[in-house]
Amino acid sequence: MRTSSAAGTAASTALSLLRVTDLRIGIRRRRGDDTVIVDDVSFDIAAGQRFGVVGESGSGKSLTLRAVADLLPKGVEVLSGSILYDGRELVGMPGAERRRLMGPEIAMIFQEPMTALNPVVRVGDQIAEGPRRHLGLSKRTAHSLAVEMMAKTGIPDPERRSRAYAHELSGGLRQRIMIAMAVSCSPRLLLCDEPTTALDVTVQHQVLRVLEDLCADTGTALAFVTHDLAVVNQTCTSMAVMYSGRIAESGSVVEVLSNPRHPYTRGLLDSAPDFDQPERQLIPIAGFPPSVTGRPVGCAFAPRCPFAVERCRTAVPPREEITPGHDTACFESERIFAGVPA
Amino acid sequence: MLHRLSFVPGRLLQSVPVAFGVTLLVFFLAHLLPGNAALALLGQRATPESVAALTEQLGLNKPLWEQYLLFLKQLGQGNLGTSLTYQSPVTGLVLGAIPVTLTLLAYALVLSLAISIPLSALASFRPGGGRDLGVRAFTLLGQGMPQFWVGIMLILLLAVGLRTFPVGGYGETAGEHLYFLFLPSLTLAIAMSPTIIRSLRSSMITVLESDYVGTAKSKGASGVSLLTGHVLRNAAIPTVSVIGVNLGYLVGGSLVIERVFALPGLGSLMINSIFTRDFPTVQGVTLFVALFVVVVGILTDVIYTILDPRVDLGRASSA
Repeated sequence: MRTSSAAGTAASTALSLLRVTDLRIGIRRRRGDDTVIVDDVSFDIAAGQRFGVVGESGSGKSLTLRAVADLLPKGVEVLSGSILYDGRELVGMPGAERRRLMGPEIAMIFQEPMTALNPVVRVGDQIAEGPRRHLGLSKRTAHSLAVEMMAKTGIPDPERRSRAYAHELSGGLRQRIMIAMAVSCSPRLLLCDEPTTALDVTVQHQVLRVLEDLCADTGTALAFVTHDLAVVNQTCTSMAVMYSGRIAESGSVVEVLSNPRHPYTRGLLDSAPDFDQPERQLIPIAGFPPSVTGRPVGCAFAPRCPFAVERCRTAVPPREEITPGHDTACFESERIFAGVPA
Repeated sequence: MLHRLSFVPGRLLQSVPVAFGVTLLVFFLAHLLPGNAALALLGQRATPESVAALTEQLGLNKPLWEQYLLFLKQLGQGNLGTSLTYQSPVTGLVLGAIPVTLTLLAYALVLSLAISIPLSALASFRPGGGRDLGVRAFTLLGQGMPQFWVGIMLILLLAVGLRTFPVGGYGETAGEHLYFLFLPSLTLAIAMSPTIIRSLRSSMITVLESDYVGTAKSKGASGVSLLTGHVLRNAAIPTVSVIGVNLGYLVGGSLVIERVFALPGLGSLMINSIFTRDFPTVQGVTLFVALFVVVVGILTDVIYTILDPRVDLGRASSA
């Protein structure tokens, strides 16, 4: 099985809530080859599971998420592959049917709450919008639900704040509003696109806690995209590392972070500060990720990889399972990590 | 909400010097004519006696500042002088014509919005698509056609040809007013809407690409609910100031259109009094039109503030 199964055996036997298979996203060209930005991405998210996607800017992690939410930027589309949500195929699903899913089934939180909130609509009304549409609530009931959701996300004085506009609130409060909005219809899958990147570290921590608690309450599954390994470590149970549009390594968070089996993951860990080992020297990854149009023929990481051999430059390494639930896309994994206990 | 409108009294105060400037300009209109205004009014064949009599009647033999003060004093009493051709108070003439012109302008504005909003929405959902090209062709056409010509064509087509609308006139009852004013308002709307569409289309395209529209879609909004809930109000904000500026031009356009459709409004009054050299009336109409533009400016700011909660014109920093 090439699709990565989620952490542990329980998840792999359970029916997955979201199953992405061989997803390719890019720009379709009338003549010549399509520009492929996300290539061959597959992962499963089980109900209630918290799944993190890590990668640097341009790795395609946000596009993957946006493809699930049908919010790809203009001109970018799903070229091939399948996105199964609860057994239903989302790729090619009629717009009206798909939008009925958005809110009560799938919800999304964005990176920058300042621009993701409508500047001229009161935040309470923006939260109430989803429940009014999907749960058929009256204006008044939806408003009290909005205030209740705001209280749940830890916003003080929610009744007064519900009448505020986005620009009148702090960054942390705005992101709490976004969370309240996303969970207002109790979705089964919550897509988070770097929800804490725009916040400072202490607020980031609080917001993550709110998010985790609410998802635990309702049994909501999380798909969490970030460039911050520490955030994934805190929030998620399983994860995938993306590089240049492909998944390099995936598995349970504990497994991947403590026992990386791809040189890119290794490089990421070596270049990130660790507060438990403040003395450790940070080792940067040499070079830059390739541009979308200038990707090498073989493994995209080969030009920067200190372990690359001839084969890495000619063929794309497939994802292979090393231990159950943990797989990596590297030809030389066994040689590189030989001696490191699996 | 109300505290953000606290700039209005200040703005009204600011418009007092503007109003003074307007009175000054209007007053000197009569004195811009070369030579004696009374002579210019009466024409080449006037007898010296009649010129002297008119000079006396207009107070032109007094010093300039005294004439201006007298003009201001009369203005303060609501007296704009006596019309030379109608031989009745100018104030009454202007007040009688104002409702016609204001109704025409408001009607034209409503029709412009009724044309512009759907067309802009149609164009902006797929920029560069067939509908967008169609809408852009319409805006070019609308801007290229002279207003008086559009008016005459509408008369020929809908009034003379199909006989669905009257050729001209104002009617008696409120319902009749709306019926009689439809064609002239439509003419003005056809001239006005290209400007509105250009502004609204481009701001709608920007809004449709914004993050918060993505958020709205992620809540399941689409089509009309997306448009009314998250696009229209945001896109209207820059367009409001465009409309405010263009209402001034619309007044100019209405002068001609009132003539084409024989409407008893300010435009007809203005043009008649220009041809008959009826200076007090020209002064009265000019004064009113100028004040109207000032008021429209303030109203634009008020609407702007209501639409966009981020705008606070009361604060010195943002003024």
